[in-house]
Amino acid sequence: MGMRAFIIRRLLLTIPILLGAVLLVFAVTQLFDPFQRVSLYASDITKISQADIQSLIQQYGLNDPVYLQFFHWIQQLLKGNLGVSRTARQPVVEALVSRFPATAEVVLLSAPLIIFIGIWLGIQSALHRDKIIDHITRASSIVGYSLPSFWLGILLISIFSVMLNLTPPPGRVDTSVFLYTEMYNTGYVKYTGLYTIDGILNGQLWITQNALGHLVLPVTVLISIQIALIVRIMRSSMLEALNKGYIVTAKAKGLPKKEVINKHARRNALIPTVTLSGLLIAGMLNGVVITETIFGLNGVGQFAANAALNIDIAAVLGFTLFSGMIFIFANLLVDISYAFLDPRIRLE
Amino acid sequence: MSGKTWFQEFKASIKPSLKEMRFSMSRLKDSPLSIVGIVIIIFFAIIAVLAPVLAPTNPSWAVYQSFDPFKIPRDGYNPIPTPPNDRHLLGTTEYQYDLYYGLVWGTITAFRVGLWVTFTSLAIGLLLGVLAGYYGGVIDEILMRFTDVVIAFPGLILAMALVTALGVSLDNVMLALVLVGWPSYTRVIRGEILKTKQEVYVEAAKAAGCSDLRVMLRHILPNSIYPIIIMASLDTGSIVLAAAALSFLGLGAPPDYADWGQLIARSRLWIVADPRNLLEFWHAFVYPGLFLFTFTLGWNLLGDAARDIMDPTIRRR
Repeated sequence: MGMRAFIIRRLLLTIPILLGAVLLVFAVTQLFDPFQRVSLYASDITKISQADIQSLIQQYGLNDPVYLQFFHWIQQLLKGNLGVSRTARQPVVEALVSRFPATAEVVLLSAPLIIFIGIWLGIQSALHRDKIIDHITRASSIVGYSLPSFWLGILLISIFSVMLNLTPPPGRVDTSVFLYTEMYNTGYVKYTGLYTIDGILNGQLWITQNALGHLVLPVTVLISIQIALIVRIMRSSMLEALNKGYIVTAKAKGLPKKEVINKHARRNALIPTVTLSGLLIAGMLNGVVITETIFGLNGVGQFAANAALNIDIAAVLGFTLFSGMIFIFANLLVDISYAFLDPRIRLE
Repeated sequence: MSGKTWFQEFKASIKPSLKEMRFSMSRLKDSPLSIVGIVIIIFFAIIAVLAPVLAPTNPSWAVYQSFDPFKIPRDGYNPIPTPPNDRHLLGTTEYQYDLYYGLVWGTITAFRVGLWVTFTSLAIGLLLGVLAGYYGGVIDEILMRFTDVVIAFPGLILAMALVTALGVSLDNVMLALVLVGWPSYTRVIRGEILKTKQEVYVEAAKAAGCSDLRVMLRHILPNSIYPIIIMASLDTGSIVLAAAALSFLGLGAPPDYADWGQLIARSRLWIVADPRNLLEFWHAFVYPGLFLFTFTLGWNLLGDAARDIMDPTIRRR
């Protein structure tokens, strides 16, 4: 089976999972009473008032049989309507789209750091097995994995932002920067919504610098919590690769040690790490809920946590569906890149 | 079975297991980190068992003491946390809830959450995984597609949505974590059973006329259960963290409940408001955090050790 056939088959396998995910979220909606479910169908918050909620229940058919309700709900979903958020006072899709850049910014900055530092530490750990570097790496990664992220975040803010004044207070950028970017006459264009990238694109590096300063602590928290997974897998797969026959052959041929490690061992050891990067993505999505809340980044995670607290069900379920979709497609990409790396997978 | 009692048969059958166990225990000595993990868990277990002795309710300062020992007694209504003093060994958190009491009884909460969620997910996963793996067919197909869907969501986020739907409470946090957690166990145990089913000794047992139940319980399960036991011990720590995170967000334990995540949430505002606050109110923030961190660390070290000891592919290296 070629690469194309593999991709097509994998895409087809995604369809039932997507449908299942939608069905699961719908099942959760059924746990709420019709009064609460009105917000899942409405498209304008101002239309929902105490007086006509009864007529809205009629209009959306919220007392209909379940299969009819599912049909109505799917129709709304296909129109791109996830309902309205009570906390944001705007449609859920709009709320998610406007807050997504903040989340993307922190994730896009931490993910590569987690992967590269994690792989590097895992390799060092394996090469110096049972030496001091190995012990330190393993111990610190397990410590990072055991730290409550919310506690670590608050601790870092109180030490570095409040006491030592080394890092800026919570938020995406300083208020002055925020005001500058929101004013119409400054010529600042929001290309992506990510301050770090827009700053460069607008030729205003001080904005990028300011945003990066605000990201130091949240990125540190995400790295320290998530890196253990990569270190652990990279270490064990590197150890396994180093015991393989082809490494002995390569060494016996008289290849320099660096070449044996970089070309023969590392390349093979990377494969299991790629398959598990799906778990990393889930960890990041879970992680942003806490991290954004602590650091006031106002991304989708903070939005959802706040919505859950206020039983804003349209927002919570919209975010759940949204993160489920991201995770499903991320896993699809992981599988496809895995097939690129390891030809055996394609032949199965 | 002529001439042998069931007891002799049982003794003979567990002899190799005992030998393996002794070997496992000898492996433990080689890894100091796992000893640390075990010591931590035992330490917390002692605190949990002795909670009524360590932190009895004190009527002299308990303005409010309910019949539920998990409700932290409070010593007044002042919102400002008090530092450690004679009346309060570790001080109080905001609104005068006694910190020492909350931490001690919170240990029981942590064990209850971690163990209950892990055992329940494990039990459901085991039952359904065995059904799917051993019988295959339609049951297998339906169960596996269902697990696919649940696993397609990031766990904490789905749990958060479920708690919103079920209602905010610690019991519902636990229920939500089980609903999110069992599919991974089901999948792993199913995979192991499919692998073990192919083994020659299973064929032999079947050919010798063993019943389905006997083949399952005596031949397949003992040889396929280790991975999920390892998984469970590695999971317990993160379950406790997830529950604490939900409590911290305000979706779990109520504000006067002995729960570490909730205690950390109570101290948050006092810590980040002013540069002097960390020095003044550190006790309200640091102690619950250290308890939660150490407890999780203990389980993670134990899980790591369990893997090194039990995983047959790496244990004899």
